[in-house]
Amino acid sequence: MRIGTVLRPALVLLLVALVLRPAWFTPLFAPLAPANAPVIYERSSLLSLSLSHLGLVAAATAAATLVAVGLAIFVTRPAGAAFRPLSRTITNMGQTFPPVAVLALAVPALGFGAGPTLVALFLYGLLPIFENSVTALSTLPPATMEAARGIGLNRWQRLVRVELPLALPVMLTGIRLSVVIALGTATIGSTVAARTLGEVIIAGLLTNNTAFVLQGGLIVGLFAVLIYDALVQLETRLARRAGA
Amino acid sequence: MTAAGRSAGRVARGISPPGALFAVLGLAALLVPFMTIAANRIVAGEGVMVWRLATPAAALPGVACIVAALLVGLRTHGQPLRLAGAILGLAGLLWLLVQGAPALLADAGDYARVSPAIGFWCLLVILMLLMADALAQMTPGPLARTGLLSAVLGALALILWSGALSPLSILQEHAGRSGAFADAALRHLALAFGSLAVAGAIGFPLGILCHRRSGLRASLLPVLSLLQTIPSLAMFGLMIPILGWVGDSVPGAQALGIAGIGFAPAFLALVLYSLLPVVGNTVAGLAATPPAALDAARGMGMTPGQRLLRVELPLGLPVILTGLRIVLVQNIGLAVIAGLIGGGGFGTFVFQGLNQTATDLILLGALPTVALALCAAIVMDILVDLTRPTPKEAA
Repeated sequence: MRIGTVLRPALVLLLVALVLRPAWFTPLFAPLAPANAPVIYERSSLLSLSLSHLGLVAAATAAATLVAVGLAIFVTRPAGAAFRPLSRTITNMGQTFPPVAVLALAVPALGFGAGPTLVALFLYGLLPIFENSVTALSTLPPATMEAARGIGLNRWQRLVRVELPLALPVMLTGIRLSVVIALGTATIGSTVAARTLGEVIIAGLLTNNTAFVLQGGLIVGLFAVLIYDALVQLETRLARRAGA
Repeated sequence: MTAAGRSAGRVARGISPPGALFAVLGLAALLVPFMTIAANRIVAGEGVMVWRLATPAAALPGVACIVAALLVGLRTHGQPLRLAGAILGLAGLLWLLVQGAPALLADAGDYARVSPAIGFWCLLVILMLLMADALAQMTPGPLARTGLLSAVLGALALILWSGALSPLSILQEHAGRSGAFADAALRHLALAFGSLAVAGAIGFPLGILCHRRSGLRASLLPVLSLLQTIPSLAMFGLMIPILGWVGDSVPGAQALGIAGIGFAPAFLALVLYSLLPVVGNTVAGLAATPPAALDAARGMGMTPGQRLLRVELPLGLPVILTGLRIVLVQNIGLAVIAGLIGGGGFGTFVFQGLNQTATDLILLGALPTVALALCAAIVMDILVDLTRPTPKEAA
């Protein structure tokens, strides 16, 4: 915790500097670049790549959250209970699918660009959110549910006022897992021509320019670590509030 | 709503809702292109419907098998029959491919390629889910699952070996590079299993140490989970300068094959990713020992070492193995990225295929990876079940 209070702002500053003022790092990366090759990636602005990367992840995760939570609510109601075992099978099998394979398989169906990346991120993002939402919605404290019924809340009111708020921290854990996977898969998305930060790494790999690879890797890695950390903080806060 | 749902269930007794969903989707999938035929391996193909694949007489048995499978799948009871139906349906799919591919190629050019299309893939997924649904409700034991997995793999090997599918484009791609494919397969397995072994050798003692010292646990586990959040491509990329430096500055390192690109950075990245599940699950497994069992062990005069070996480890084994399952499935998938940094494996074909826009080359890399990951998951699940103490033994 105490390390976190020092390290967190430092890493945020480092990330901001890497994205907005990449030229500052020229002396640091220069030894890694081949002779006469550019040290800092300038083919497109790192800021626009970052925004496009985060935008893809946000759009895919938002869509995945909506659909996955909707499906989770459906299979935990009596009307959808028949689909519960099947949904468990699909989640188990789906999670063994490597994210890269999902991306690669989306290309033949959808062509190159942001489309297949978005679809792969969405499909793969569904699983952790769905799994966690089902777990959360089916393991609510029976006494609370009984009390909610007792005070005369109807099914809809119980869902909106009791079940979803109580399930929120566990659902958020699923969303965090999904975001982390999406950030990684979006990076690979640049191999299918989606505009993401992976472009910097791939450009470095193609031209043997380790400076690009390190630059891209640091930015993507810092984004992932900081976003993960922020979501963990959010979860702890929500869980504390729910517990209090 | 509840009452209505229940009564609807009673009226439709005998029809399983997932079965109905499968039937609707399956019949719809029969109405979209089943295969494609393209002039060569790069251009987009033209879809061919099921009834145009070959002569209607040749296509009919396959379609009949699929429809029968979907109808049998509607039942709520008799899971063995549903399972048999799904297998029959899969056989029908195979029949259609075997009949369709040569017939389509017969009046096409020399470079023409036939591939399964969206209809085939949808039906394959639906029938496999139907099979999995039936199996999940039969809850077969570890032995039965082992038998079933071997039977499925055996059948698959037999089909591929027989050459019945060799006109398909993906197998044409394979035929052109069968040596490279074997190398890639070996390299992929070496990456996935080798990194698992190294991660086990490091992570297992580390987990035991963490179990004993809560201070170490509190500082190590967050670091390992942060490592796991780093996107794979970035992680593989970050290994390049580090290992490049080691290769250049440590004498003898290059002779061992340690260099900035290739096998070594991919391997190291996979090991780093594997540490969290190994260490985390070892700690969780050891911590899950029932206090009563530990008390009894202490009462019998066991030393801490004996308690670890004879009580904590055997009882924690299922959880520890679950960690290894996560690692193995994850590494089989992540090893694909090695293809981008010259580390070999099936990823080589995936990224070559993406560069050449050759769909079937992508599939040649992606499908074995998916199959490998699924098999690894099934085998590890069987192992976890085998090590789980039955309630009788635990008592």
